[in-house]
Amino acid sequence: MADDDLLTVELVAADRTVWTGKAAMVVARTADGEVGILPHHAPLLGALANGVVQIRQEGGETVVAAVHGGFLSVADNRVGILAELAELADEIDVSRAQQALEKARPDALEDEDATYAVRRAEARIRAHELAG
Amino acid sequence: MGSQLRVYRRRIRSVNATKKITKAMELIAASRIVKAQQRVADSTPYAEAITRAVSAVASFSNVDHPLTGSVPATEQGGVDDGPPRAALLLLTADRGLAGAYSSNAIKEGERLSGLLREQQKEVVSFVVGRKGVGFYRFRNREMAGEWTGFSESPTYNDAKEVADAVIEAFLTPNSEGGVDEIHIVYTQFVSMVSQKTVTRRLLPLEFEETDEEPEGGAFPLYEFEPSAEAVLDALLPRYIESRVYNALLQSAASELAARRRAMKSATDNATELIKDYTRKANAARQAEITQEISEIVGGAEALADATAGSE
Repeated sequence: MADDDLLTVELVAADRTVWTGKAAMVVARTADGEVGILPHHAPLLGALANGVVQIRQEGGETVVAAVHGGFLSVADNRVGILAELAELADEIDVSRAQQALEKARPDALEDEDATYAVRRAEARIRAHELAG
Repeated sequence: MGSQLRVYRRRIRSVNATKKITKAMELIAASRIVKAQQRVADSTPYAEAITRAVSAVASFSNVDHPLTGSVPATEQGGVDDGPPRAALLLLTADRGLAGAYSSNAIKEGERLSGLLREQQKEVVSFVVGRKGVGFYRFRNREMAGEWTGFSESPTYNDAKEVADAVIEAFLTPNSEGGVDEIHIVYTQFVSMVSQKTVTRRLLPLEFEETDEEPEGGAFPLYEFEPSAEAVLDALLPRYIESRVYNALLQSAASELAARRRAMKSATDNATELIKDYTRKANAARQAEITQEISEIVGGAEALADATAGSE
């Protein structure tokens, strides 16, 4: 595959650049549902739901990250994923995410913060499962 | 005379002890600046990307959003029942010993609120940092929000908390105590030796119409997912948060640089003082010796005269 048939992906959190590199496909979840971005995708700007972003590299390896409060911008084969918080799957502490989930779940229906915590924990756990 | 010498030696010892402390603080601040600068640099890609995204949405859709353009109070809450309110977000340090860092920021804040009052605006203050909070408390002034404890190493969550509070105040109609504009006063880190207190208007956002090409080329025709309005809705608060985060990081780096400089001059002064006292102590010691010698010589002569007289 020629180099210009790949996506240049930048995964940027508010306080650091999490991952950059070339990829063959990016799968993310927007507010409307999952989108898959392939090279030569039309320019797109979307709000991401809390969830998992998968970056398929050329060799078949997949980078999985949990993102919270993010955006996706696609133009000229460049994919920018901006997020308040982004973690690669291997940085995630699953047992902590599990604990957070257990703790927040009972209040999730009434308390907005707890709902947010549940979503965050779920995204982390899912990212870990997908990568593992 | 001997007592004089003792006093000098005591002063030297005491100044030396202080010098050790200021030297240590200087070194600590110096090593933390590097980290603070790194954090400013790390946050830049996000800030740039989000600015670009906001500009892209703004240039392709009709940006009629509560956070853009100042909406007159009459349209917001129905009745215009009071002077317009302006919020001031002041960023200061948690700790002192940083030269004029905090007082410069406070002074700039005072200047700005004076200016706003001249325009018949009521000023509401949000203060970050123990020094600024202390300044307001001492004068019994009301604060709409105060945050302390993170001035040296702010995290994104801290910035989010501050930004969310001011955005909420901005979105509240004037009649219910909301504000119509938000200004931020912080200290920009220009270089190790130069920091500048700056004032920026945070909200409402202004979009400039220009013919210039944006950085990195013209914007492509984006599709929006789910819609331009929804994207803008989600994007603008993030943009404000990122601006506040950047201001906090710049202020943190400036605070450390100011502290390093203040401690360096304290150390230099201590060195100077020690040199001065050492000279004086030496002179006192020499004077003591000279006096002793002249006393001995005088005594010996008197003795010799006495013996010569008796013979």
